[in-house]
Amino acid sequence: MGRYVLRRLLQLIPVFIGTTFLIFALVFAIPGDPIRALAGDRPLPAPVQEELRDRYNLDDPLVVQYGKYMANLVQGDFGQDFRGRPVSDIMAERWPITIKLSLAAFAIEIVIGLLAGLLAGLRLGSFIDNVVRISTVVIISIPVFVLGFTLQILLGVKWEIFPVAYNGTFNGLLLPAIVLASLSLAYVARLTRTTLAENLRADYVRTAVAKGLPRRRVVGVHTLRNSLIPVVTFLGVDLGSLMAGAIVTEGIFNIPGIGNQVFRSILSQESTVVVGIVTALVVIYLFSNLIVDILYAVLDPRIRYD
Amino acid sequence: MTEQQQKVSRADAGSFVAAPQGGAALEAEVLPGLLPAGAAPEGRRASLWSDAWRELRRNPIAIISSLFILLVVLMAVVPGLFTRQDPRACEITLSKLRPSGEHWFGTDNLGCDYFAQTIYGARASISVGVLVTLGTAILGILIGAAAGYYGGIADALLSRASDIVLGIPLVLGAIVILTVIRSRTIFTVALVLMLLYWPTVVRIMRSTVIGTRNMDYVQAAKALGAGNLRVIRRHVLPNAIAPVIVVSTINLGIFIAVEATLSYLGVGLSRPAISWGLMISDAQRLFRSFPHLLLFPGLFLSVTVLSFILLGDAVRDALDPKLR
Repeated sequence: MGRYVLRRLLQLIPVFIGTTFLIFALVFAIPGDPIRALAGDRPLPAPVQEELRDRYNLDDPLVVQYGKYMANLVQGDFGQDFRGRPVSDIMAERWPITIKLSLAAFAIEIVIGLLAGLLAGLRLGSFIDNVVRISTVVIISIPVFVLGFTLQILLGVKWEIFPVAYNGTFNGLLLPAIVLASLSLAYVARLTRTTLAENLRADYVRTAVAKGLPRRRVVGVHTLRNSLIPVVTFLGVDLGSLMAGAIVTEGIFNIPGIGNQVFRSILSQESTVVVGIVTALVVIYLFSNLIVDILYAVLDPRIRYD
Repeated sequence: MTEQQQKVSRADAGSFVAAPQGGAALEAEVLPGLLPAGAAPEGRRASLWSDAWRELRRNPIAIISSLFILLVVLMAVVPGLFTRQDPRACEITLSKLRPSGEHWFGTDNLGCDYFAQTIYGARASISVGVLVTLGTAILGILIGAAAGYYGGIADALLSRASDIVLGIPLVLGAIVILTVIRSRTIFTVALVLMLLYWPTVVRIMRSTVIGTRNMDYVQAAKALGAGNLRVIRRHVLPNAIAPVIVVSTINLGIFIAVEATLSYLGVGLSRPAISWGLMISDAQRLFRSFPHLLLFPGLFLSVTVLSFILLGDAVRDALDPKLR
């Protein structure tokens, strides 16, 4: 097991370098001179421009820029934005909100998604099953921005159940969290439903029933544990994508989180901020994949890694 | 593939006969080289594909979603069939009218007929969806089949390359790339989505090909002296392609949603293009007093995505013999 984790960690390194270099190259390929963009209408004096170019390594070839950037990064230095503010400060300010939002969404997704999936999967073809099946497919087909902004108007403006935009309280995060969770929630419910229904038909379940075990034990112990494997996989990968996917939701509800920041930085060509945040997102994503793979072995004793 | 379609259309014509399973079909699989092309015995008609087709025709959800998709595709190809109005002929004095007999869906901020806009908006969505789906499916099938079948160093390099691309979240990556591009059209948006999405399809194809590669009938074909290309084309592909078709159908809907999201964020298509995402983006400020501005494009967008997802689900159910 330890060796497997180590090997997977080593495999992460080339993927990490490749992905971050790709992002780095793309972001720095944005045409236009960032120094000129910084100066605005009145161009900066030439020596100042030189000095700034030098400070941000803008005259080096791309690969050298990337190398210098990474060397700083592993020491915890994400660089500065063009106003001289450390990117790590910006991230420290923005991450907590996004993490709170994602965790709230994650909790909603697990509780409601699993519950709906269980209720539907235990009684295929029942009324509840049909409600779950139809409502999940409808949720999946409504794009997040349409859903978010409809709910914002209906629940926020018209009926005033939730605050319209983020106001710093947990209550203000609730509606955005529901919107952010909606898509994954539907996937979780459908996944739980199918795997549960499939496993309930398995031979070992029939054996358990034939032995005279109570239904609660058959479902709770024999079926559920096996059925949860694909669900856990999905949930693990999803936590990473929830944070990346918060761009739209944070935009709609004006939440000053990481997604909002990265979107604005892309538009205003703040390359160092973009690369820093996207790198952090990639790391989260890669690690959540790794954790999922390891969880496999914990949940399913048949899978052994050597 | 053409053979598949022929088979499908033959079944469609009602000429399908429930041929006895087994012997003949097996023989055709094992002895491909000995049969002249086109002389497939009757038993081959009872293939997975013709069964699936029969199943699909009996599924009301599949029929309804296919009909709606057909309608939207018609809207995309010949919008003039649905409306005489020019979506760009706007009359500012008619700004923000509510739906009426004159303007079925009302008018937008600039006084353009909203029904015509909604009809013409289908083209952007369908084009991006179809282009990306076709592009990723073709790339995925070719590369995935080659990598899965031959294995080796090329496969290892390819897997690492796809790992790298998959490390970038789809919407985020698309935003980063699209900001670089100055003039964004349907084709550039489609190309960017293709670039970011091909590895997913390659992975699916690769894993099913690896599963098929070692099947007895593939070994038998090889033993009979069939070349690699023939084995891939006649034996591996038809048996490994089903998951890609299912995923592609569902993805078409997802890509349409992603295009709308990008246009909504202001990094996808831009005016004077007409797209549902742009219409929703514009409706955002006016929605409170003029809900119809969000309702119509949002409805068309959602129902289109829904149709593709439902059709994909139905295709999957039809192709999965375990569920029958």
